[in-house]
Amino acid sequence: MHNKKFEILSKEMLTAATCRMKISAPRIASAAQPGQFLIVRADEKGERIPLTISDYNSDEGTVTIVTQSIGVSSGHINSFSEGECFADVVGPLGLPSEFIEYSPERLRSESYVFIAGGLGTAPVYPQVRWLKEHGASVDVIIGARSKDLLIYTEEMASVCDNLYLCTDDGSCGFHGVGTAQLEALVAQGKNYTRCVAIGPMIMMKFSTLTCKKLGIPITVSLNTLMVDGTGMCGACRVSVAGKMRFACVEGPEFDGFEVDFDEAMRRQGQYRLEEKEASAMEEHKCKIGRG
Amino acid sequence: MPARIPRVPVREQDPKVRARNFDEVCYGYNVEEARTEASRCLGCRNPRCVAACPVGISIPEFIAQVNSGDFRAAARVIARDSSLPAVCGRVCPQETQCEGSCILGVKSEPVAIGKLERFVADWNRENPEPAPADSGATPGVAPGGPALGAPAPAESATPDSASHATKVAVVGSGPAGLACASDLARLGYDVTIFEALHKAGGVLEYGIPEFRLPKDTVLKAEIDEVRALGVKIETDVIIGRTITVDQLFDEEGFSAVFIGTGAGLPKFMGIPGENLNGVFSANEFLTRNNLMKAFREDYLTPIHAGKKCCVVGGGNVAMDAARTALRLGAETTIVYRRTEKELPARVEEVHHARQEGVEFAMLTNPVEILSDDKGWVRALRCVRMELGEADESGRRSPVPIEGSEFEIPTEVVIMALGTSPNPLISTTTPGLQTTRRGCLVASDDGATTRPGVFAGGDAVTGAATVILAMGAGRKAAAAIDAYLKAL
Repeated sequence: MHNKKFEILSKEMLTAATCRMKISAPRIASAAQPGQFLIVRADEKGERIPLTISDYNSDEGTVTIVTQSIGVSSGHINSFSEGECFADVVGPLGLPSEFIEYSPERLRSESYVFIAGGLGTAPVYPQVRWLKEHGASVDVIIGARSKDLLIYTEEMASVCDNLYLCTDDGSCGFHGVGTAQLEALVAQGKNYTRCVAIGPMIMMKFSTLTCKKLGIPITVSLNTLMVDGTGMCGACRVSVAGKMRFACVEGPEFDGFEVDFDEAMRRQGQYRLEEKEASAMEEHKCKIGRG
Repeated sequence: MPARIPRVPVREQDPKVRARNFDEVCYGYNVEEARTEASRCLGCRNPRCVAACPVGISIPEFIAQVNSGDFRAAARVIARDSSLPAVCGRVCPQETQCEGSCILGVKSEPVAIGKLERFVADWNRENPEPAPADSGATPGVAPGGPALGAPAPAESATPDSASHATKVAVVGSGPAGLACASDLARLGYDVTIFEALHKAGGVLEYGIPEFRLPKDTVLKAEIDEVRALGVKIETDVIIGRTITVDQLFDEEGFSAVFIGTGAGLPKFMGIPGENLNGVFSANEFLTRNNLMKAFREDYLTPIHAGKKCCVVGGGNVAMDAARTALRLGAETTIVYRRTEKELPARVEEVHHARQEGVEFAMLTNPVEILSDDKGWVRALRCVRMELGEADESGRRSPVPIEGSEFEIPTEVVIMALGTSPNPLISTTTPGLQTTRRGCLVASDDGATTRPGVFAGGDAVTGAATVILAMGAGRKAAAAIDAYLKAL
């Protein structure tokens, strides 16, 4: 089997707007660890988009990404089909999750709870799998607006101890947000030594507030703006414990209690105006047809 | 007396027109202008210009060839020492190097060495040598021929023979890496450059704007010349993440590694408001525009220059950022804490920036970035400075004038304050020592504290110039050759 560089080996839709792609990238597949991310540039004129790694397989030489069409650039990535190649896939970027340095004894004594929100569910999967393989006990809460937006439920169920689904509209599982589910579990007597929250910035902010109340340490994974992803541009800078940190080389995972989420959310929207213009332009082009 | 001819001025795009486009500012000399300018060179027996050139180009020798009209021969002379003449002719700080030491400069103006180098490189590119009838030689590939007493390039350039050659890895495809790789390839080594970004060129690609260094016509052509020497360039590989230096030795069969990873993480001032929306590092701003082509409508990259933009800093990067913001439609001001005399940028860049309409606020230092009610930049709060006592660098250090604080209304602030070293390689490579500031420790010839690993350019010195990085790359290539022969 000889795959082309950055060839899309498989593509499947997980929801109406979310797709999973397995990409040939042997060097990244060999090096990737839980918690890391990569950057995809779909073609010559595309942006460099940071994406979490939702799976990696060094024997196959593949990495898996999950993307959602929300803007022009993510829509562009999702428009690629099986057999096509991305122009560039680079990584793994960022520091691996802290737990990969823990001793086996420590891992066996840990009781993790993950709160996964929306697209953030995908990168939770390799972390949970790794922790289970190394003897930790792991519960996972997956939250989404409604049932048809829940992803990775079967995969997650196969690697975690207990899986809790929740939806904002009550169409599946617990009726409410992930943090409410966590509070309910703790009230039932669950004892967690650490929480990891990955999802939209606002969800990580509220997870952090809940964990503070419950006295559970929390790790969050910050999906900031980035250009190069190697520390060069500084677009990813966040305030952590009052200090300027670069999410791409010092993160993406930080202690939730120390992150200035309001600033991080504001900075994330820095190019929203430009993105809106680009979307409007794209729509216009579609309407008039491309010659 | 040749010195009586005045220095031939170079033709440039009208400042008012070019302030609204990204086409190259300088048109360069034509044949007639180049030959006239070349005739001014005295051909000194002990040329001070050569000593002042970090890569030691035989300047009077190539200028004599220009004077005689043999531009191909001139190109061959330069190629002995530089693989990037079209780049250096455009971006070198000639006034502090070759031209700064030209004897003509004492009484009148120095020979326009940079413009002549550029002319020769451009002419050579635009007039490729016709392919010879017998294909034994490879002219046009390496105009310099076998440099440094190396085997014929034809031998080392073919992949077949190269596969038996000793493998050397070069990390980073900027000026240091390209210069090092070129020399090593000419010496017969099998060289692979690993580049973290998706395009080769390093700072030449992401940092220096199109209007100073055209990418497709000039830069790409010079990098193609390096490839033609047999150098392989693998993009999208981050050494320290995708693979480590250890793996290069142990798993990929490289016998030596050169690290030319460049400057690194952008510095900020540590003043309040630096994380507001609308504050960018010059690295981000320039990378979006240059590498990611935000100035072109057909690319998806967003960029934000605002209606009013302040650029903090006084180096070439500050000038590049300011002139880019101006071209994107912003009223732009350079904010610098010393005076114009101390500006570290090339004289030509400052002159061009001013011609194009960039404002200069000298003896001005930001103390805070002020926000509107939505967290976007509203103004830059500054303090006026005066020059005090000379510091250890010999420059008079600026001191704030008490009570002189004032605001400059602006929507965007770009920080061009230099960079600090990237920890990606130093933290993942056992045995590599760094200085207190995080730069790699390397001897004058580039040897690091780990045998077989060499380094040069900004990764060692901190932010400097293209040509100094090239000089370091060449020295390291010679040292790598000596190291490998002694194994």
